[in-house]
Amino acid sequence: MLSEATLQSIDREVAKYPADQSQSAVMAALRLAQAERGWLADETIAFVAKYLGMPEMAAYEVASFYNMYDRAPVGKHKITVCTNLPCALSGGVHAADYLKQKLGIDFNETTPDGRFTLKEGECMGACGDAPVMLVNSVHMRCFMTPEEIDRLLEECK
Amino acid sequence: MAILQAINPTLTAGWHRPDARDLTRDTGWRLKDYEARDGYQALRRLFGDKLTQDQVIAEVKASALRGRGGAGFPTGLKWSFMPKNCSGDKYIVCNTDEGEPGTFKDRDLIRLDPHAVIEGMIIAGFAMGATRGYNYIHGEVFELYQRFEEAIEEARAAGYLGKNILGSGFDFDLFAHQGWGAYICGEETALLESIEGKKGQPRYKPPFPANVGLYGRPTTINNTESLASIPYILRRGGQAFLDLGKPNNGGTKLFSVSGHVNKPGNYEVPMGTPFAKLLEMCGGMRGGRKLKAVIPGGSSAPVLPGDVMMECTLDYDSIAQAGSMLGSGAVIVMDETVCMVKALERLSWFYYEESCGQCTPCREGTGWLYKVIHRIEHGRGRPEDLELLDDVAKKIMGRTICALGDAAALPVISFVKHFRSEFEYHVEHKKCLVPLDVQKAGSTFHTRLMAGATC
Repeated sequence: MLSEATLQSIDREVAKYPADQSQSAVMAALRLAQAERGWLADETIAFVAKYLGMPEMAAYEVASFYNMYDRAPVGKHKITVCTNLPCALSGGVHAADYLKQKLGIDFNETTPDGRFTLKEGECMGACGDAPVMLVNSVHMRCFMTPEEIDRLLEECK
Repeated sequence: MAILQAINPTLTAGWHRPDARDLTRDTGWRLKDYEARDGYQALRRLFGDKLTQDQVIAEVKASALRGRGGAGFPTGLKWSFMPKNCSGDKYIVCNTDEGEPGTFKDRDLIRLDPHAVIEGMIIAGFAMGATRGYNYIHGEVFELYQRFEEAIEEARAAGYLGKNILGSGFDFDLFAHQGWGAYICGEETALLESIEGKKGQPRYKPPFPANVGLYGRPTTINNTESLASIPYILRRGGQAFLDLGKPNNGGTKLFSVSGHVNKPGNYEVPMGTPFAKLLEMCGGMRGGRKLKAVIPGGSSAPVLPGDVMMECTLDYDSIAQAGSMLGSGAVIVMDETVCMVKALERLSWFYYEESCGQCTPCREGTGWLYKVIHRIEHGRGRPEDLELLDDVAKKIMGRTICALGDAAALPVISFVKHFRSEFEYHVEHKKCLVPLDVQKAGSTFHTRLMAGATC
């Protein structure tokens, strides 16, 4: 179900923890699985659980608790905008509104062509660089003025 | 910046980010750069002088370093809680799960000076006889998790980590663990659950982590900035660190300033610096507007009216006296364009969204708080709502396993207390006291991009 490269990356994560604590690697393993598959289907979560030798339900508990795991398909580029108070004071909500208008979608929606999904995020720990957004959960973009947002959307073609 | 020049900053001395947007242009974070500014000298001194564990802990106690994650608990004292004569694994855990709205200092620490954190963790590991360390890094800064792993590899290759470190006979290894979007994991026992590969729900205390922590073993959890302060303390002495601040509040501290200032960013100032001075360093209020309110220690700290804050100095004691908390040093500045009901509505949504659901008062209460504030903000408030908010908030406080319940309640109580007339206006007139176009002008996109000082 997962590529050799992903499994090797999971093995590297497992090695960080004591020999009898492979479950500790589940967060990284689910992240890696999501990166390869685009989202976490139940069978992907089950595969990860089995690979780590933990109950399926325990892996599902993790996948459903942490909000950067996607348990439903998302667009090719998932953009998460922080709208929490410190960001909002410096344009976080305006940035989200601008994106909504450009993409023609609301939060938790995907463009009809499957290219973009928009999400509302909570504090990303970068309030001084607001507006802040995350692309596919791993790339942070800062100071997102309309011009920068236009540039980002262009790059994501 | 006069203060900065006078005090010779310790935490930010090596910071260099020529382009805030572009991580790849950062310089100064690699091992060779850190070594060039006396990096790993504290560790070498520790082994060279054959300091004992007790001597290291005594030095940290003398520094009056207080936990930089928010609670302000004396770090040296915390270290002394670890059991001494026990066999088996002991752990030192660094808490870089920085998700308290307003706080963004640890992000810059691991971005621009990761080796200071690593050296601090090794010293902590030695002092407490730990065998392993984990740095739990906020999922949203994944690129910095990767950077931290790179820094760990550099340290391991140079013999600072692993078996027999620098020929001392001390074994210690260190790893990074990624979070993936859960504010609650900043709570230390939730964080331990998360490292164990579970959902991050806080544990009952006692037992405390010093006795039963990660994998059931003795564990100490420290904030990133606390650990990054350790090398200086060992290099220059606890007294020298204490002298940087004021009694009972040792050292310099990073303050993350966000909101309506001209230059948001991290500022390193001595503990006890007047807030007015910090505001000046941030270039003053954006657009020259009037200061209305400040949340001085991250979103969980009670809000203070601007005029009260202007009289405060930045240390645990002064801010506590004014009725709030220094917390993580996250200073959220709000000007006269802010509708306090709307501001509180957003914060309350955050706590509702992030409550882990384990304790009923928090799970249900945060929903109630949000719902009531939401209806006030949207013109459907009832005259009895302000009492209801106070009542719900006080019923959450002190009745939950962890501090998230209190963190959700304190902003509500303080916003309603200090800005009651604005809430009443909302209920009576079904609209904001601050006109919408004024609000919009205040929270507009940055006009002075990249002006943010990172010291």
